[in-house]
Amino acid sequence: MSATTPTATTAPITPGIAPSQTVGPFFLNCLLREDARRNVLVQPVTAGQRIRIEGRVLDGDGEPVLDALIEIWQADAAGRYHHPADTSAGTRAATPPDPAFIGFGRSGMDENGAYWFDTIRPGAVPFDAAPADQSGRMQAPHICVMVFARGLLNSLATRLYFADDPANDADPVLALVPAARRETLLARRVSSDGSGAVYRFDIILQGAGETVFFNF
Amino acid sequence: MITTIGAIVRGDREVFPPYLYDAYRSTIKRSPRLPLVDVPLTLSERTGPGPAISAITPEDADLTRNAGTGGEAIGQRIIVTGRVLDERGAPVPHTLLEIWQANAAGRYVHRADQWPGPLDPNFLGIGRCLSDADGFYRFLSIRPGAYPWKNHPNAWRPAHIHFSLLGPSWVSRLVTQLYFPDDPLHALDPIFNAVPAPARPRLIARYDHSVTEPEWALGWRWDIVLRGPDATPFEAPQSSQTSQTSQVSQAAATTAKEGAQ
Ligand SMILES: [Fe+2]
Repeated sequence: MSATTPTATTAPITPGIAPSQTVGPFFLNCLLREDARRNVLVQPVTAGQRIRIEGRVLDGDGEPVLDALIEIWQADAAGRYHHPADTSAGTRAATPPDPAFIGFGRSGMDENGAYWFDTIRPGAVPFDAAPADQSGRMQAPHICVMVFARGLLNSLATRLYFADDPANDADPVLALVPAARRETLLARRVSSDGSGAVYRFDIILQGAGETVFFNF
Repeated sequence: MITTIGAIVRGDREVFPPYLYDAYRSTIKRSPRLPLVDVPLTLSERTGPGPAISAITPEDADLTRNAGTGGEAIGQRIIVTGRVLDERGAPVPHTLLEIWQANAAGRYVHRADQWPGPLDPNFLGIGRCLSDADGFYRFLSIRPGAYPWKNHPNAWRPAHIHFSLLGPSWVSRLVTQLYFPDDPLHALDPIFNAVPAPARPRLIARYDHSVTEPEWALGWRWDIVLRGPDATPFEAPQSSQTSQTSQVSQAAATTAKEGAQ
């Protein structure tokens, strides 16, 4: 069959943004297959302070959510994102992103009902808020977190900050969070083994101590 | 069907489902009850993980044969193809799509799926591929069956394929489901109906005879539009009219929204 010349009547129709649907209970073999899960974000040559992030996801009854999926996205130790949109304004331009660090993690729940990541403590990154922010303000070191589970019709977006970081006081996103709820975004150092600090970050979906979730 | 529909929604509330939709029972204890905090898109949300998986083989997109048994899955062969697009209709190239689905009898390979539908030793129900330079993706699979679940008496999920897309940025991350047209179970499914009615058709693939291959497989087309990093933050209408969004106006919009909720 000969191809017909595209005309205005065959212009692509954009159907509109696709709505989300729950990840359901059966994603394990796909999203958490051996080469799809990413608990370990570091390689031996990755720059930065090694940390472990661990925690549980709790429902409105305080019960652990055993079929949740956690994904994280973070900058490298110098605060560079492994992404072309990080055009590295200012002094950070001298530092290319660490080629040994992508910054993406994906974890299910282990036999103890916990997720975990072996990663590095990220550097501070520009606020650079859309549509245009010329303030040059920086954000405190943080890790973007997304929660998926059966019963979540849309993923939940939150952030992990480090409770022991004084830069939190000037963070422009934390400043938008009601003061009484900011502590739900703070990972706390619980121990330190030979390889680095361990930070605890539980995510409470509902009820007392409910984690702050974002709309963006 | 009367259901409680929560007011807490991430993204456009005319498109995205609420967290609480109590006809879908699992939302009741897992949905947040406090207002979401509106934040602008910072560099952290306008960047994202890229393809993230390096070693994808062509076999990964062929669910009829990727079980590695040498045998072929039983069922009606289907080709599912389309484009990944941003909100302006531009293609999203080289992005990861991961899919999972029940077999032709409606059974998953999963320890939590124990209903007495038959398993197919030649079907794992998982696939993945990258969109090409023009945003096109393509899977070969078999048409999934409907399956029962325990949400309510005699509950059955309509036939569907789960899709996960990374997209170009953190804000574009999407997990959703593809449905097939004219399924009488749509009207009975609280997961599908949790999406606002005008947006539900966006989740339904359409039959495309130009995709169908003679004496081989039926063709289904489904384009997927992702939120882009340039998306307007979801604010009160008056604030989206202004080109400059200061932190002060963001905070004011948050307060107004909380008041509404
Ligand atoms: Fe399913």
